[in-house]
Amino acid sequence: MVSHGPIERPGDHVIAISGSGGAGAITAGSILLDAAAKSGRYGLLTRSVGPQIRGGEAAALVRLSDRPLSCGAEKFDTLIAMDWRNIDRFIAEIPLSQDSTVIADPKAGDIPDAISQSGATVVEIPLQALAAEIDNGRPNMVALGAAAALAGIPSDAIIDVIGKKLEAKGSAVIEAGIASVITGGAAAADAMPCPPAHDGTRDGAERWVISGNEAAGLGAVRGGVRFAAAYPITPATEILEWLAAGLPKLGGTLVQAEDELASINMVIGASFGGTPSLTATSGPGLALMIESLGLATASEVPVVVVDVMRGGPSTGIPTKSEQSDLNIAVYGFHGDAPHVVVAPLSVSDCVFTTSWAVHLAEAMQVPAIVLSDQFLGQARAVIDRPADVAFIGRREIAAQPANDYCRYAVTASGVSPMAIPGTAGGRYTADGLEHSPSGNPSSRGEDHAAQLDKRRNKVDGFDYGSHWADLGGDADAETAVLTWGSTAAAANEAVSATDMPVRLIAMRLLSPPQTDQLAAALAGVKRILIVDQSHSGQFQRYLRAFYDLPGETRSLHRAGPLLFGPSEILQALEEWS
Amino acid sequence: MSGNNPGSGPQSIDSLPELMAHALAIEVEAEANYALLAEQMETHNNPDLAKIFRKLADIEGRHAEALRQQTAAMDLPRLKPWQFKWQGTDSPEALDIGAAHYLMTPWHALSLALEAEQRAHRFFDALAKSATDPEIQAMAAEFAEEEAGHVALVEDLLAKQTEPDENWADDFDPAQLQE
Amino acid sequence: MSTSAQPAQLKASDYKSDTKPVWCPGCGDYHVLLSIAKALAEHGRPPEQVAVVSGIGCSSRIPAYTNCYGFHGVHGRSLALATGLKVARPDLTTIVAGGDGDGFSIGGNHFLHACRRNIDLTYIVMDNRVYGMTKGQPSPTTEPDWDSALSPGGTGLRPFHPLVIALASGANFVARSFSGDVNGSARLIYEAIEHPGFSFIEILSPCVTFRPDEREWKKLAHPAVVEQTDDPARAARRIMTDDGFNTGVLYRGSRKPFQAHTESVEATVTDLEKDFVL
Repeated sequence: MVSHGPIERPGDHVIAISGSGGAGAITAGSILLDAAAKSGRYGLLTRSVGPQIRGGEAAALVRLSDRPLSCGAEKFDTLIAMDWRNIDRFIAEIPLSQDSTVIADPKAGDIPDAISQSGATVVEIPLQALAAEIDNGRPNMVALGAAAALAGIPSDAIIDVIGKKLEAKGSAVIEAGIASVITGGAAAADAMPCPPAHDGTRDGAERWVISGNEAAGLGAVRGGVRFAAAYPITPATEILEWLAAGLPKLGGTLVQAEDELASINMVIGASFGGTPSLTATSGPGLALMIESLGLATASEVPVVVVDVMRGGPSTGIPTKSEQSDLNIAVYGFHGDAPHVVVAPLSVSDCVFTTSWAVHLAEAMQVPAIVLSDQFLGQARAVIDRPADVAFIGRREIAAQPANDYCRYAVTASGVSPMAIPGTAGGRYTADGLEHSPSGNPSSRGEDHAAQLDKRRNKVDGFDYGSHWADLGGDADAETAVLTWGSTAAAANEAVSATDMPVRLIAMRLLSPPQTDQLAAALAGVKRILIVDQSHSGQFQRYLRAFYDLPGETRSLHRAGPLLFGPSEILQALEEWS
Repeated sequence: MSGNNPGSGPQSIDSLPELMAHALAIEVEAEANYALLAEQMETHNNPDLAKIFRKLADIEGRHAEALRQQTAAMDLPRLKPWQFKWQGTDSPEALDIGAAHYLMTPWHALSLALEAEQRAHRFFDALAKSATDPEIQAMAAEFAEEEAGHVALVEDLLAKQTEPDENWADDFDPAQLQE
Repeated sequence: MSTSAQPAQLKASDYKSDTKPVWCPGCGDYHVLLSIAKALAEHGRPPEQVAVVSGIGCSSRIPAYTNCYGFHGVHGRSLALATGLKVARPDLTTIVAGGDGDGFSIGGNHFLHACRRNIDLTYIVMDNRVYGMTKGQPSPTTEPDWDSALSPGGTGLRPFHPLVIALASGANFVARSFSGDVNGSARLIYEAIEHPGFSFIEILSPCVTFRPDEREWKKLAHPAVVEQTDDPARAARRIMTDDGFNTGVLYRGSRKPFQAHTESVEATVTDLEKDFVL
């Protein structure tokens, strides 16, 4: 029970479009988002669907704003329901209140109790009947028209997007779609007050519509990845499908593997050969890859694995988000195997963080795990064009190895130049067995200690700069919200929405722990609210393991699929003051 | 390989109990298939089709019940599913559930039902024509006539339906990931 | 495994649970579920004495749709799970089910060894030549030129031939069927269950959503012209001219099924401890 109501953000408009049996709710939501982007607005689209592969009940959840946004909505201004079948499956994800409007088709039958109990105003618009009056008319396009009118999206933007999105279906379908949209808009305008159509920020800045998974793929190639191995798994497959199309255009390659054990080893092999390499998976796949990630650590071969986290443990809930792979990513390797773990903070940040991961992996010759999640991965967001970053992967290569070249020489930084196969004089055998500096297998204590130190020092001593976390809020506040990865979005909005002085630390780098940096960020703090999306509070335990936290701490944590919203975080803060 | 002897057909149904076993199996399988399709349509949010298939399942169920009563006193042979002497490998009235589609229309459903009834009619008709035993011949003819009645019924229902246009299977939404 | 006389005859419907499948209408797996139920009814053991073990994928959802004991395991490891179960509980009738991705890709290694081990299981692979659950990627049995987002233009790879692999690896019963032939598949499954050792059936089961072209399979599947054989060499020669759509039993062998190593003399733990005493 949330006593703190949803946070108001004027200028936001949140719409859900739902329907079942091939109604096309998701398509309508997609067009709405793209049109919003075209007219200079920001937005975020997520979806909730039933268990059927086709024909199931589906809802497109669209949050539009004049300002950038990165987390899902906590309340809905409008629900447009084409029918009510199996709506209980996701009605919890579409919170309505007496300020909300529900547009219902009278043909759909009685309004479900869950809807009437919300106090929302119900407006009837005969979506099916209106669609039937148009040749090839479809109720979802009528619904789209109504949605666009209620959100004040200019019709030229909608028409433009329909033309593109339905191009393959032919001009008759496009015309019908446009006619349906116009009809729906008119019907909405008749039924209730609609804002005038308006553009958002038309400042000329380039804006993108992209999903977190696509963004991760882009980040990978920006960072220099030119080889990927792929085994499909929900919700990561889209990264691999994007790379399957994109890599060959850049002179790179993707190979579909027979399983995750093959994927990770293919990636290690390609990297050993000199090519920055990456694969993407989810929890169950990462679990399979762990042994080989240990191999990459011990043999000092750079690789990047994107883990798009989903509900766990085991097969879990493949289509929903959670942050419960923190443990396996940080602690999961057998033996002591220091490596890098990073987590993007938003859909847009998937570009930066993945390219940064490539950079880190290459610079330190170490595996880097990117902890994205289903929410980020499959949400489509309107974002400002991500800044170009200088974080291209750059490996220290032994270009002209001397006679006494030692692949695993103990250097000051811990990073030893890598000879790429084909380089005269640089031959070595990469090995998971512990080894001497030359790479020969060794069971001697001195070699073990030296190499363990080397592998630890190189990651501990690296200068990560300011990217380890995003800091926000009031830098002098005595209360802090400390979170990581995708939860940063909700935490950000919570902190922005309150007059309470609160600091926000959203960690992007989890491993190796940045103890000095966090200590500096928390200087003067007396209360820390730790927030993460896991059942056992993995983040709190991680913090306790590595950091001395000042003052009192409380942990706000729970498993998916219902993700924390800004108001829940705000309420936890207010309850504490 | 179906397990049937290729070439065997209704002419090798040798006894009245065997014929009745076949007749009963036809109704039972038909009912099961229609019920299955009704469930599929419910799960995939096609309530109109669910209603149609439920109705057809009920009808077949009543036929099956009538046959059970009719044969209560008989000792029907217990045949393995692949020992039935169908013309193909399946009961003639078994609706091709592989032809189902989550967006199918009443026209599709009734077209499939019509094909099934026609196959059933052909099965009994062929048997009536080839049977030498007068009892079997008479019973088969009776069944054939009944099935002819069903065919006429479904033809009528189908005539009331409009054939769907070429876009009937158009779903703008992509398939959804589940696992 | 002999069928025991049951007081009341079990029907196919006794083996189906109330859980409604979420498979797409038109999916071949509905037929396979029917066939399995019919086969089990003929096999005659009550559902609680049957175990259905699966991996991950659309077809791997099948255990919950039966009334038997079931295990929906992790991707590709159903044969290993089932092997453990069968060794610990040889009294149960154990059926393993899954798809071509689960069984031949990530499960490929376990497939080889289950055939080699010749453990008394019946393995049914619903082959639709695609990864359906993850929305349409090529599987090991997909044609080399089938275009997809993950392998644009097709994999270019020679498809895996499950019957060849099964035969070469030592499976005792190797067969193929088509899902649309419900009674034919039922008979093969029944015979596979009754046959000792590792029985493998590839059931071509169309995916109407990601491989709508597979609706043609009902025209392509046909009974094999040649009779089944118990001579592996003959079976091997025959499979060389297989068009991928021949149905029936390819090979029915007489290799001894897997026998877990046991000793006839029974000892106690205390007896074993005596070994440590000097």
